[in-house]
Amino acid sequence: MAMIDVQPGRVRPAPENFLTDAQIAAVKDGRRDFLRKAFLTAAAAMAAPAVARAAVEGDAAILELPQWSTTLGLPVATNPYGMPSKYERGLQRRESPGLTRVGGSSVAFTPLQGLFGIITPSGLHFERHHQGWHDVDPAKHRLMINGLVRTQAVFTMDDLMRLPSVSRIHFIECGANTGMEWGNVAVPTVQYSHGMLSCSEFTGVPLKEILDMCGADYKKGRYVLAEGADGSSMTRTIPMELIESGEVLVAYGMNGEMLRPENGYPLRLVVPGVQGVSWVKWLRRIEVGDKPWATKDEAVHYMDLMPDGLHRQYTSIQECKSVITTPSGGQLLLDKGFYNISGMAWSGRGKVTRVDVSTDGGNNWRPARLETPVLSKAVTRFNIDWVWDGKPAILQSRAVDETGYVQPGYGQLRAVRGTKSIYHNNAIQSWKVVESGEVSNVQVL
Amino acid sequence: MSRFSRTLIALLVAGAATSAAAWERYPGIGREATPAEVQAWDIDVRPDFAGLPRGRGSVDDGLALWETHCASCHGVFGESNEVFTPLVGGTTQKDIETGRVEALVTGAFPQRTTLMKVATVSTLFDYIQRAMPWTAPKSLKPDEVYAILAYLLNLAELVPADFELSDANIHAVQASMPNRNGMSTDHAMWPGASQAKGGIGNGGMPDVSNVACMTDCKKDVVIASALPAYAQDAHGNLAEQNRAVGQTRGKPTGAPAEAAAQPAVGAAATLALAKAKGCMACHGVANKLIGPGYNEIAQKYQGQADAEGRLVARLKAGGQGVWGAVPMPPQAHLKDEELAQLVKWILEGAKAQ
Repeated sequence: MAMIDVQPGRVRPAPENFLTDAQIAAVKDGRRDFLRKAFLTAAAAMAAPAVARAAVEGDAAILELPQWSTTLGLPVATNPYGMPSKYERGLQRRESPGLTRVGGSSVAFTPLQGLFGIITPSGLHFERHHQGWHDVDPAKHRLMINGLVRTQAVFTMDDLMRLPSVSRIHFIECGANTGMEWGNVAVPTVQYSHGMLSCSEFTGVPLKEILDMCGADYKKGRYVLAEGADGSSMTRTIPMELIESGEVLVAYGMNGEMLRPENGYPLRLVVPGVQGVSWVKWLRRIEVGDKPWATKDEAVHYMDLMPDGLHRQYTSIQECKSVITTPSGGQLLLDKGFYNISGMAWSGRGKVTRVDVSTDGGNNWRPARLETPVLSKAVTRFNIDWVWDGKPAILQSRAVDETGYVQPGYGQLRAVRGTKSIYHNNAIQSWKVVESGEVSNVQVL
Repeated sequence: MSRFSRTLIALLVAGAATSAAAWERYPGIGREATPAEVQAWDIDVRPDFAGLPRGRGSVDDGLALWETHCASCHGVFGESNEVFTPLVGGTTQKDIETGRVEALVTGAFPQRTTLMKVATVSTLFDYIQRAMPWTAPKSLKPDEVYAILAYLLNLAELVPADFELSDANIHAVQASMPNRNGMSTDHAMWPGASQAKGGIGNGGMPDVSNVACMTDCKKDVVIASALPAYAQDAHGNLAEQNRAVGQTRGKPTGAPAEAAAQPAVGAAATLALAKAKGCMACHGVANKLIGPGYNEIAQKYQGQADAEGRLVARLKAGGQGVWGAVPMPPQAHLKDEELAQLVKWILEGAKAQ
């Protein structure tokens, strides 16, 4: 009897802990209350006394005391650095097969489908490297400031970590996030469609403090070049206005600990609101200059191709965007009834002020609850009640930011930018729900 | 590299708001950089060629260097699509004249090659100098960068075969870059001063706008695109990529990973490793591509007791001559155990399963 596989309380390692083929079939048949039926059927059919007793008297997960209630648990510091439960091992960073051909120049996507709140666990922060990653020795790492400054200077990590620090929560999104979806649906889940997005608390020193120390020429030096210490020595041009705002940080901390090596240990630039490529990892040098640099990652890569054949250069701001993460593509609803539709919204121009949710493909909308904290240039979590009647539905979210900008639909974006720009796709995402409870990725114009 | 000497900088900042007192604000923190330190790290080259090192290199010299350092990933003619997007192709003589690549509008070329995109020749110099070769970045001397760039420009038909590129004539090459007029900064996504104020971009006026309609917003809801059937299981078993408890489950697609991933260090995994590390860009299993086929290697070393150790060493250090003139670059991006795994697999016949 396959149905018993989801009997509550039975401890089994993943992946058998998922729905069986028979259950999927049951869902597809429209028997959406199959879980309840399965329980009753299994209980009635079982001859074993313990199970029979459970069937008559209640849930075996309650009546049969589990091993964790009746035996001694593990001692402290069994895991000196704690790891997630073994039952959570499905939620991992993953590559999108066929997207790239070399792991050193690739992407690993964050499993947004399993995250709560606004903070991305550091071990699940998305990865994008241009020439592989290194675990850089912090004792040998240096930050150099040069160019249009009175004093060209060198700082050690000791120096930087002695300076007054700030901690701020910001999102980081790759400019190419959702890039595979410009022309048509290409990927099945929110991990691959939106998973080049993470949000963390970063700790570091405002770059302005350091440039002030060095006597930067703010009159002539309106641009800054940030450069990494890795093989690719990533470089990007950043406007001095952002640095003068005090928002740009030279950061060493992430979510209460040092940056992870994959995210730039021991030092990275934090450029709130701007695409991830400008958040230079393994930051080794800042140069102040009077012109932009047209570096490889702003003159060969990271340019948005428009229908007229022109490439938009120095596109940096991540415009207002949102996505429903639960329920989302590749998932199955267990049964009709109540659900908490939950998602993430963010804007590179400030705070998210509103998120509306539609369950009918964009015909009618309801305002969602914005959960606190709502921070500038950070992910905001939204939730909204939904009672699924078992009928087909199309779920969408639409965010508005403090500038009044309303997240556009695919039709609106494509009318202006075509389908080949790769970068900066912030279109409204649609998830189709069918009667079987299956959720899939679709595009509604 | 900054063009400004320290004296000049002092003059430039004389009128600025900062003062020497700023450096003293955090006593004991930081120190002045030495000229040698700045020179060692300040390697960037701007479109106005600020920072360009002196040097020269010919197309001929570039060809030899290309075969050693570049061909393994980019192909002998910069055309390879095996590891990275092709470098050259898709540009015409007319593009060189107009400075706009027509194929970007017509879609006449299947790829967007580097030469179709890039507007500034300085970017190519900077790119090669800072990040190439792939496995040994920053190992090229300025003359070698000039030579390699000269060869690349010759492949793109921008300079003749007898050309020698130098810091003196690179300005002239800029005038024939096929997409030199193909850039626009007329967009809302530059977070600094606008073009009108001497900066970049339109000052933040978005090109697309929506309205927050709440009721009866659409006559018809048309699904323009859905996940194609063949892509349903292209990302593995989605059931295993979702939490097993909560509001939803993942949809089972494809085989469970435990079964699929069974040969952890088996043949399939090693083949995957060879692909992931870029080996298959140059080596086929049965046939010669740029380098020898794996079966040819296995045959050559058959019965030689020390073959495994010798091949590991050769992969690590690189080499040339055993299989012809095209050298094998050193594979510094592979761990020792990966090298050993690959060599063992090759000598055992490079099986797929």
